[in-house]
Parts: sequence; structure tokens; C-alpha cells
Amino acid sequence: MRYLPHSPQDIQHMLQTIGVPDVEHLFRSIPRDQRTERPDDSPGLPECQLRRYLEGLAARNKNFCVSLASAGAPFHAVPKAVETIVGRSEFQTAYTPYQPEVSQGTLQAVFEFQTIVSELMGLDVSNASLYDGASAVGEALLLALRVHKGKRPVVWVSEGLHPHAKEVVRTMLHAFGDVTIQWLPLDPGTGATVLPGAVTADVAAVAVGYPNFLGVIEDIAAVSAAARSAGALSIVSVPDPANLGVLASPGALGADIAVGEGMGLAGTAGMGGPGLGLMAVRDEYVKQMPGRIVGQTVESRGGVGYVLTLATREQHIRREKATSNICSNQALVALAFTVHLSLLGPSGLRDLATLSRNRAMALRRGLLGIPGVRPLVTGPVMNEFALVFPRDAAGLRAHLADNGIFFGVPLARFCPERPEWREAILLAATETACPDDIAHTILLVKDFYREGK
Amino acid sequence: MSTQIHTGLLHREPPIFELSSPGRTGHALPPSEPLDDEGLPAAFLRQGAPLLPELSEVEVVRHFVRLSQWNHCIETGMYPLGSCTMKYNPKINDAMSALAGFTATHPLQEDEHLQGSLELMFQLEGLLCRVSGFHSVTLQPSAGANGEFTGLALIKKAIDVRGEGARRRKVLIPDTAHGTNPASVVLNGFEPVSIVTGPEGVLLPEAVRPHLDDELAAIMVTNPNTLGIFESHLKEIAELVHGAGGYVYMDGANFNAIMGKVRPADLGVDTMHFNLHKTFSTPHGGGGPGAGPVGCTAELAPYLPVPRVLRTNEGSYRLITELPNTIGRVHPYFGNFAILVRAFTYMLENGGAGLSRVTEMAVLNANYVRALLKDTLAVSVDVDTLHEVVFTDRDLKKETHVTTMDVAKRLLDFGFHPPTVYFPLIVPGAFMVEPTETESRVELENFVETVKAIVEEARTDPEKVTSAPHRTGVGRLDETTAARKRILRWTPAKP
Repeated sequence: MRYLPHSPQDIQHMLQTIGVPDVEHLFRSIPRDQRTERPDDSPGLPECQLRRYLEGLAARNKNFCVSLASAGAPFHAVPKAVETIVGRSEFQTAYTPYQPEVSQGTLQAVFEFQTIVSELMGLDVSNASLYDGASAVGEALLLALRVHKGKRPVVWVSEGLHPHAKEVVRTMLHAFGDVTIQWLPLDPGTGATVLPGAVTADVAAVAVGYPNFLGVIEDIAAVSAAARSAGALSIVSVPDPANLGVLASPGALGADIAVGEGMGLAGTAGMGGPGLGLMAVRDEYVKQMPGRIVGQTVESRGGVGYVLTLATREQHIRREKATSNICSNQALVALAFTVHLSLLGPSGLRDLATLSRNRAMALRRGLLGIPGVRPLVTGPVMNEFALVFPRDAAGLRAHLADNGIFFGVPLARFCPERPEWREAILLAATETACPDDIAHTILLVKDFYREGK
Repeated sequence: MSTQIHTGLLHREPPIFELSSPGRTGHALPPSEPLDDEGLPAAFLRQGAPLLPELSEVEVVRHFVRLSQWNHCIETGMYPLGSCTMKYNPKINDAMSALAGFTATHPLQEDEHLQGSLELMFQLEGLLCRVSGFHSVTLQPSAGANGEFTGLALIKKAIDVRGEGARRRKVLIPDTAHGTNPASVVLNGFEPVSIVTGPEGVLLPEAVRPHLDDELAAIMVTNPNTLGIFESHLKEIAELVHGAGGYVYMDGANFNAIMGKVRPADLGVDTMHFNLHKTFSTPHGGGGPGAGPVGCTAELAPYLPVPRVLRTNEGSYRLITELPNTIGRVHPYFGNFAILVRAFTYMLENGGAGLSRVTEMAVLNANYVRALLKDTLAVSVDVDTLHEVVFTDRDLKKETHVTTMDVAKRLLDFGFHPPTVYFPLIVPGAFMVEPTETESRVELENFVETVKAIVEEARTDPEKVTSAPHRTGVGRLDETTAARKRILRWTPAKP
């Protein structure tokens, strides 16, 4: 086995030093009757066969030439340099920076990540990452419940969050117990979240998507003001922070906590992950934050250095009183995100968000020009939107798939019982879609309905 | 511009924001366009750009390459961090997870367009079942702690289904446990109850007996435990817990010690998480991403999170999301998929025989270090250990006032990452060594000789040890100042 550096002579020498006759002897502390009776002795595969098998599996997935879907997994054009940096052994094969004197690379990179996330979100402090955007919403809600010390047992959560995020939130809060989730419906006309009246005094937090799952840009300022007036926290979930190159930051609109999913900009959205959970908060909530946080400090020779800090929030110190159980996070994905945003800079991020928006609008306009195609909802959108097709949306998507185009995600998949979603498709475009791709797509859709397939 | 101090190849690198100058970019996008703002209310638009650095690609790459050189990593040298299983991460795993067939795939493509990924997940679940003896596995959880949350949620669901949810809330946790265990218990609305490890470092049935009542939900045990000792009474304890209507959760963080030797399901374990980033060689990434699949018995399987992957009679694969008793989703899409590909590759390359060999060599290495060091540092408990060994600074501190932390910092001067220190909490000044199977005899001997030299130095020149490290890029970091001053992001200097 190529990863085991033991020669037979080494093994003999080591056994003699230990004072046991054979390797089996090392396992004598395991009672005989607890040992596996017939251990699996199947052989392994040499690298050439491994490759052939895994390449074969990978080839059985369909790769589309053009993707016009986001639905929480946006594809951005991540420069090769990001992969190169992230692939460096020093970043990839280190662990949590427990020994800061030999981990300054990771620590400083996290400090830069925290700066970038707090800048994008317009809030004071970011942590070093959470698992994904969905559990980040759950963590934000738990944070809000802690802030109110259990005196506010209700959370208001928008129906417009990503369906998977809603399910993760439900799992997390149900497990935690003693919390009631009031789901806020979307207005059938605009697609924006409707507050069922003034926020009540038992509400710990109000959480909405920005934009929401239908692509609609929620009025964060209004939601945040409503939450604040009742002493509740405003939580804003950003499915693709690339949009913050154009859209106002959650913090600027009054959010107390912003969370998000960074895998699109990190380049790991393929098959949906690894994800990258983002979280930024107002300074007053930093001691309630889940996860690792890096801080700047001084070192014994007088220089500046970085360490994991405020660890008294965390499980390895506080155990059952910790703010979360999270230990391993998504550090390497956070690094990819940091490198990409450092390459983009402020103008690159704005250009990327603008191009995504413009491509999406070109697609949307073109499709709306086809008789019978209409928007599902009327609220303002960024680069994602839902359209209702005159008939056979499934057939249309299959036709486009045959032409190498991943034509969005059918909304019926998430809620088959809603008749108004039966022929609706959630579409998106990013800077990766060329004008030609979009023109070609529109033409194919036109043909599909003209020919009455 | 801050002053840069370069020491040979170690570059003192300022925060990237300080390298910025206006007008540069490291991105090649199509030409800028004006924003198509039709229907976009002005109030929704960002006022002023976020503070991001403005740099060309070469400057960004150079910055991060310089930063990387300040890290110790497995590929720099031995990283015997106890409980973390810092083994070598095979290159072929990375190559397979980077195949475009996987990475260029949208997670919401139709099942028939994801057959390769679904088959991979189905097969990986099968391999994990085979090595653990469990009935079913979910690959959804992101990391060990997320796996703990998930496994405990299965138990909670089973108790709820029995109608005992209001009463059964106690989860027993030995005092050697990882901090994530009690934290995961609380996140499931359970109450952790700490129980004491016996004098020989293992949990005894006596410690459990007083808690065998109708409030008992579960016991949560790491096996082998964090002292590296096999919990030889676990099977008996599991019978007691089951007899009282409770469940057994096993923390699989130390699974590298027993692969091919013990199947947790055979011990009466109801559910367990695997740490793919430990046992199955996926890179730790400076803190993540990992993956924490959860295995369970047939009884708990109906509660597993969705989606589940199913093989149809025709041999194709499809996703199931509508299961009446599922705890729900714990992760969007398919967990940390790219990590799953790596672990799958590793398991296939090893085969069952290879995985057993991995465990044997991991245990051999740890016992070799123990044999060579036991007269230099006291072993915490004098019984057999498997894949790791915990020493204590008890005697050293008494004699020289040099502590575990000092020895750890001095190790840095010789190119070793120190072991885990001050954990488990029940060992004073714990020094927890897990070499893993991928270290050679020579490297282990170098490590041991270095520790011996440091202990000798503690007697002859203690100041040298207590003021370490001396050869790292930075000296000891002031953690108190960090917590007090709370500088958690870069801000521009005030003009």
C-alpha cells in the first residue's frame, strides 16, 4: 500500500521495541467476542482502474453547455488562480489553526475573509464560516433566541427562503424545541413576503431571503424596520452574495444578522457543495455568534499576528453552554471565496453582478416576448426569475436539455400541489451565459411553441 | 504602505487590503456594461463599493502563496494532533473529485442526468455500512458535529414516535468526551449528564447503572475513547441502556483505530458518525470542509434525513424525498459532495484488506511512540492504547515547572506540529499524540528524539523552552489581547 511507509523490517523492529510478538497483539484490549468475525478482505484497486471507474461514473452525469439555473447553486466564472491557491498543500492539508505560530497563513486569510464578508453584508463582524447557507439561517435564528434568553419563543420565517433552507431550519428548530416557527406567506401577486400585521412581542426574529427563492428582491428596509419596532432581530439570507455588487447590503437596509451561501463565488456549487455558510452580525451580538472567529493581536517579538479568539463561545471550552456545536467549518471554501473576491476587487464584483443581471434581463425579456409566456410574480428581481409557460414546461425543458441547455428548475418539483406552479420554471443567468447562448435559447423556446411540440 | 520584513523566504505579508491601489483588477470579465436597471428601485441599489482590494492576478497569487508559507501542514511534516487523524491525503482523491462530470453539474438536475453522482453516493453508503455493520448510512452531514446532531435527532425521533419524548431527555456523556458531544445534545433539546470514567480509563457499567430509568434517552460514547483506550464494556453498557429503553450513540472520531477489527453495530451501537476527513483521508482544509456521514440500525433507518438514494429494479438510481418519518433535511442538496468523492476513492483504493492494514499501522505507530517515550513523559493511564496515546506533564511540571504548552511550542522550533494539548480535560496537562499510519518509523523516531531533547532542555535550560518558539515566523501570540481588543476585521488607518 503506497501510503504506508513501513517495510517488513520496520514492523519487526517496532514490534520488538513495543514488546509484542505480532500486530494482532496490539488489539488485545478488544475482547475476542467483540471482534469482527470475518473481516472484509476485499482487495483495493490500482490507480489506473480507480481512474477508469470514477471517470466512468462522472461521465454518467450530464454536463450541460449552458446553465440557466441558480436555485441556490449559482455558477460563476471562477478564475483558475483560485483553484491553484486552494490546492496548495499548506492550505489544503493543514487543520484548524490551533497552533497560531505555525498557522498564520490560514489565520490571516480568515481575517481577510471576515473583512470581506462584513463589507459585503454591511455589518460589523463576520465569523470564519458555517457549513452552508441553510444551516446558517438556522444558526441565526438560534442566535436570536439566545439574545432574547428564551423570553421570545416565536420566529417569523419567510416561505420565500430556499425550500432546502426551510427544511433545514425546520429540522434544527424542531430538534432544539420550545420554538414556534410562523411561516410568512408570499404575496401571490408580487412574490414578496407578507407580514401578517405588526411584529408581536413574542417574536425573537424575522427572517427573509434577499432575493427570495422566486428571485424577488424583498423590501429589507421595511421588514427590518418592522422587526426592530417590536424588538425582534432582522435576519437576511443572501443566496448569492455576488448580487451584493449591485444590491444594497443587508446591513445598510437595517438587518441585524446577514447570512448567506458563498459556494457560487467559491466555485464549489457543482453537485451543491461543499457549501459556504456566511454570517455577519452587528457588533453587539458577537458574543452570541456560532463558530470560529479570528482576531488580530500582537506576538512576543512585537509584530502583528492572528489567533482564534472569543473561544469562550465555543464547544471545546463551554461544552453544553456553547453557542453552537460547530467545530470543523468550511475553511478551504472560505479561502476560495476570499481569493476570488480579492481578484475581483470592487469593480470586478460590480461588473460580475451587472453582467449577471443584464444577461438575466435579456433572457427574461426575450422569453416574455413569446406568446403565452408570463411572469409568475411581478416583484422586482435581480438575476433570477420565475416564468409560467403556456403548456408542457417539462417537454420544453427536455427539448432544451437535448440541445445542451439546462433550462432552469421546474417549481413543481418543490411544491407539486400548487396549480399555479405547474408550468412555472425558475430561471437565472450569471456572467457565464453569453449573449449568443441566450439568443439561441430564446429561439429554441420560440420554435418549441411554434411547432406545437 | 506598511513596512514589510522578509526573513529569507518567510515574507512578512500585510493584510491584502494594504497592498491595494486604485484601478487594478485580477479578473477578466467581458467588457463593463451599464446596469440594466429596469424595474429595480433605486433604494435597493448599493451606495458605494464594498472595501475590496484592487490588485492584479499576480499580486493576489503572490499574497496568498506567501501566506501559505506560514502554515505547517501534513505535507510539510508530521502533524500528530490527537483525535484529529492528520494522515496523508492522497492526490488521486483530489483529482477524482475535480472531474468535470461531477463539478460542472447542477445539484437540481433531473435524477436521470445525475446517475453517476447518485451511484457514487449509493456505493459509498454501502462501503460505510460494510465497514461499520450498520443497516443504513446518510451522507448528508457536513462534519462530525453535524453528524452528532443528526444521529441524536434520529434517537429523538424514535423516542418521540414511542410517545416518550417529554420524559426521556437525559443523555449520558463520559467526562473524556469531545466538547461537541454535550453541545450537540443541547441542540436536540436533550440534557447532558456527565458520567465518570473508571480508574483504568474506561467506562464501567457501574457508572451507567444509576441512570437506567425512564428518563434516559441515550448514552454518547467515543470508542476508542479520547485516551485511545478501547471501551471494552461498551457492549455490556449498550445492553443495559437498551434494557432501560435508551439508545447508544457512538462518536466515530476515532474509527481509524478499529477499522476491520470491530464493527460498531456489533457492539450494540444504534447510530454513529464517521469523520471522512479523519478516517478516510480527505483533506482538513485548514479547518474544513469535512463530512460526517451517519450510520444507524434498521430501527432508526426510517428517520434518516432526506434525500435518500435508492437503486431501482432496473439498476438506475433515484432520489427519495418523501419519507413519512424522516427527521427532515440537515443539509441542502447532497452534503459536502466533493469530500464524498475523495473518501469513496480512498475506500476503493484500499479495499477492505487495505483499510484493516491502515488501522494496524496506525495502532502500531502510536504504540511505538508510546514505547519510546514512556520513560520520558508519564502516560496518563497505564493500560493498552490503540491509535493514540495521552501523556501528562504532571511529573515534568513538578520537576522543572515546564508545561505541556511549553513543550508544544518548543516542538514548533524543530518542524513538528505539536500534539493536541490539554485535552481530554481529565488528564492534567494532556499531550495527546496520534501519529496516524502514514508516518514512517524514521519520522516517529525523529519526533521522539525531539521530545526527549526538549524534556532534557527543560532541566538544563528551562527558559529556552518556556520562551519558545524561537524559529517560527512569529513568536507566541497574545490571546488575551486578542479577546480584549477584539480586532476582528481590517479597517483603513485613519488619515
